Amino acid sequence: MSKAANHRKPANRGLAKAPTGIQGLDEITGGGLPLGRPTLVCGSAGCGKTLLAIEFLVRGAMQFDEPGVFMSFEETAAELTENVRSLGFDLDELIEQKKLAMDFVWIERNEIEENGEYDLEGLFVRLNYAIDSIGAKRIVLDTIETLFGGLSNVSILRGELRRLFRWLKDKGVTAVITGESGETGEGMLTRHGMEEYVSDCVIQLDHRVTDQMSTRRLRIVKYRGTTHGTNEYPFLIDEDGISVLPVTSLGLQHESSAERISSGIPRLDAMLGGEGYFRSSTVLVSGTAGSGKTSIAAHFANAACQRGERCLYLAFEESSGQLQRNMRSIGIDLEPWVKKGLLHFHASRASIYGLEMHLATIHKLVREFQPRVVVMDAIGCLAAIGTRRDSSVMLTRLIDFFKMQEITALLTNLRTGNESLEQTNEDIASLVDTWLLLRDLELEGERNRVINVLKSRGMAHSNQLREFLLTDHGVELQDVYLGAEGVLTGSARLARESTEKATSLLRHQEVEAKQRERELKREALEARIVVLQKEFEAEEELAKRVIDQEQSREETNQQDRDRMGISRQGDKVKRDVEPAVRSTKTPRSRT
Amino acid sequence: MNNSSQLTEYTAPTETDQETETWELRLYIAGETPRSVAAFANLKKLCEIHLPGRYQIEVIDLMQNPQLAAGDQIVAIPTLVRKLPEPLRRIVGDLSNTERTLVGLQLRPAKPGQ
Repeated sequence: MSKAANHRKPANRGLAKAPTGIQGLDEITGGGLPLGRPTLVCGSAGCGKTLLAIEFLVRGAMQFDEPGVFMSFEETAAELTENVRSLGFDLDELIEQKKLAMDFVWIERNEIEENGEYDLEGLFVRLNYAIDSIGAKRIVLDTIETLFGGLSNVSILRGELRRLFRWLKDKGVTAVITGESGETGEGMLTRHGMEEYVSDCVIQLDHRVTDQMSTRRLRIVKYRGTTHGTNEYPFLIDEDGISVLPVTSLGLQHESSAERISSGIPRLDAMLGGEGYFRSSTVLVSGTAGSGKTSIAAHFANAACQRGERCLYLAFEESSGQLQRNMRSIGIDLEPWVKKGLLHFHASRASIYGLEMHLATIHKLVREFQPRVVVMDAIGCLAAIGTRRDSSVMLTRLIDFFKMQEITALLTNLRTGNESLEQTNEDIASLVDTWLLLRDLELEGERNRVINVLKSRGMAHSNQLREFLLTDHGVELQDVYLGAEGVLTGSARLARESTEKATSLLRHQEVEAKQRERELKREALEARIVVLQKEFEAEEELAKRVIDQEQSREETNQQDRDRMGISRQGDKVKRDVEPAVRSTKTPRSRT
Repeated sequence: MNNSSQLTEYTAPTETDQETETWELRLYIAGETPRSVAAFANLKKLCEIHLPGRYQIEVIDLMQNPQLAAGDQIVAIPTLVRKLPEPLRRIVGDLSNTERTLVGLQLRPAKPGQ
């Protein structure tokens, strides 16, 4: 026991765990299978038990440096090697590297006669030998219940199995025991009640077919001493082995970004509080057929690529070629982005797989491509392949997943004509952050496209219905004209537009005329002012001249008086007139 | 236990070989437990009576040679394997029921007598 236990630190404070390396399973189990203890993997035929077990060994050997023993009771080593080669597991190589040992235990009842007391020491010897030969830390018994078919003494078998599992625990190996599902209604997980012996961890696999769609599911029935996800998790088997989708365990813990990103349509951004969608929010564009959902999605994808962000476009209705051609017709050329590797189209018919497979495929694509923006066009197709509940559960998982990855997602949804206007898959409605509703307004014999923001969490968004056109340079939101019945669209809008143009022209002309009149008046006034000024100047000139004359006359008079005074010799020549007057006075009085 | 009638069908074609062939028997044990000792004693006694001079018993102790267990598909201990004459037969247990051992080894059809 100590060998394995020393090898790694416990995954959490509780139970030490052995990571399986299987995509998603470690997340559900909180780190892996119980270290040094047996785990029962049960399920019906063909549900993937053996594969899960072998992947546990292979990943253990390759990723965690834990050699493993595969003891098979059903398939020979050669068959198994062949079977898992398609998943990229080369068992021969692992065996050569001493990372894997295989032992095929085969019991043919016809060849065996039971006579007296016996035990299963032979099995113990073989297991022990295999474990010691490579220093194994992991072991798989697939499917040990086969022993019940080969040997008839059940009481011996039960006793020996109990001893076996105790021995495995003592040995400290992490074991996976597979078991075939029992008959229904017996309350047993496996035919021979293996859960009685393996009580630490029980994983149940299920393979169901509903509506001709097969779905694989995994559930942790129990896991002693640890918390674990209790739901049924869909899983799939593809060329990389098993992927379990633990998305339901995500919950609502995602970070919220305050960053805003453009919708690719400036006037739509303006309607969304002026800045567009929130980063890592979920946008739903719903509308009737041909209402322009894909075009709005394409704008969004285009804008993302322009920002240099990777965009994953999941098309369920059109092929990527058709989509690109159609979008080119409204002036959006997506091809350069595809060539640059910024845009990745994944076009598939929704009906080719079950929901889980789609979910898994999307997961995988997102993991590989690492997009910042995802477009799903259209989610309605997915709803068609499962029940309504299933598909909404799946969408919830997807949306949660996108949010966790900080991906901004734009989903389009087709609304059929006879549903009420705002009815879409109700369950999605509460999940999305921004909901754009596209519709056709029928007015005066024509249908016109109208967009409005039904809701947009966390932003002051416009409540205005806006008409938009699909022009050869994309979606264009038109000016708003309100008529008696609401927003005017199409011809009605055009008519209103031209009337308004005419009235405004008239008003404009009137204003111009008035301005001209005023101008003239001012000019006339100014002219009069000039004339008056001239008159004044002339008068001033005249007055000045009179004053000058008067002054010179006065001067001459004075000079005459002075001259006279001198000639009479009564006075000396005086400088000033006044002192001269005073001086003349004094002598005159003196004399 | 209830499959003895099945075993009788197997006995028919080999009965003619019994007189001439040498019997090659292998007894797998894991350590000298009372059960293995009993099994060996029971087998030895039976062979001396029914196959005098034309049998070989090889005892393989898996505690000494664990790698030999896989070759003969040994699960239970003790296991007696009849290598020759063919076809291969296995009897698990301490061989305490001589009658059943004889039937199992196809030394005799499964009918009362002897």
